Amino acid sequence: MNQIEQIEQDFLRMDIPPFKAGDTVKVHVKIREGEKERIQIFQGFVLRRQGESNRETFTVRKVSGGIGVERTFPVHTPLVDKIEVVARGRVRRAKLYYMRSLRGKAARIKTIR
Amino acid sequence: MAQIQGLLGTKIGMTQIFSELGEEIPVTVVKVGPCTVVQVKRDQTDGYNAVQLGYGEKKLQLATKPMIGHCTKAGKGVFRVLREVRVDNPDDFQVGDQLTADLFATGDLVMVTAKSKGKGFAGPMKRWGFHGAGASHGVHKVHRSAGSVGTSAWPSRVWKGKKMAGQMGNQMVTMKNLTIVGVRQEQGIVLIKGGIPGSKNSVVFIRKV
Repeated sequence: MNQIEQIEQDFLRMDIPPFKAGDTVKVHVKIREGEKERIQIFQGFVLRRQGESNRETFTVRKVSGGIGVERTFPVHTPLVDKIEVVARGRVRRAKLYYMRSLRGKAARIKTIR
Repeated sequence: MAQIQGLLGTKIGMTQIFSELGEEIPVTVVKVGPCTVVQVKRDQTDGYNAVQLGYGEKKLQLATKPMIGHCTKAGKGVFRVLREVRVDNPDDFQVGDQLTADLFATGDLVMVTAKSKGKGFAGPMKRWGFHGAGASHGVHKVHRSAGSVGTSAWPSRVWKGKKMAGQMGNQMVTMKNLTIVGVRQEQGIVLIKGGIPGSKNSVVFIRKV
């Protein structure tokens, strides 16, 4: 196992801030259009983190025009320019699937401080 | 060092890496070599040109005496496996030479031969992908059976090669045209895109296409 861990170590990004489910984050996604590269921001709250090492992924959910949108990113992917933590959320579970069925005022997450 | 087209190694396991474009690539981690040349076969004496490679370790008390005598000529103990690889120029090799993974480079296409995981005596659904029978509508006790195995009065027998239940896996399998996506020379590790036959710690034979 050790040799596999060593390979995975090389693909870990050290510049990712610590964040958990419930936190509001801005994900700066690199988008390639032909030759050009630009950055698009996807902002929402973290629905879950899943996996470990360089295989870890997280899902961000936002409501865009009344429609829920979820995007899943690998935590260590080079396609993400950076992750900004906007607010820390106070939640009592690790996977916030219950948020999918909540609308409007109920679908808020209390922030810490 | 002279050119050899294939080496023995051990499958370590699987993980994933990121490409420069940010894609996740599933990879199999294989420890390749070091292989020792145990015997050099020449056209004049053996009818063809090849080198016999030894790989891995075997406890002395588990080896037969002829095997010990054969392996110790290379001076590296007794090997777990021996395998011949054809070469064009056998004079480039000497008994006792160590061969490492440096013949493989990122982007190379390779063939991998290894013994697949044994699945035991498997039914036709698992072994051949048959659809089986219905779960209900009066089907009784034959939900995973193959159904009819042939025709009637002619030929009054079952065709040879008819797909039926039987031993699945635990046989030599070769996968062709696999891509090498990374090489770590100092550890002798090669990363091959996708899966390869065999379980962890099984011996695999990698050869250039």
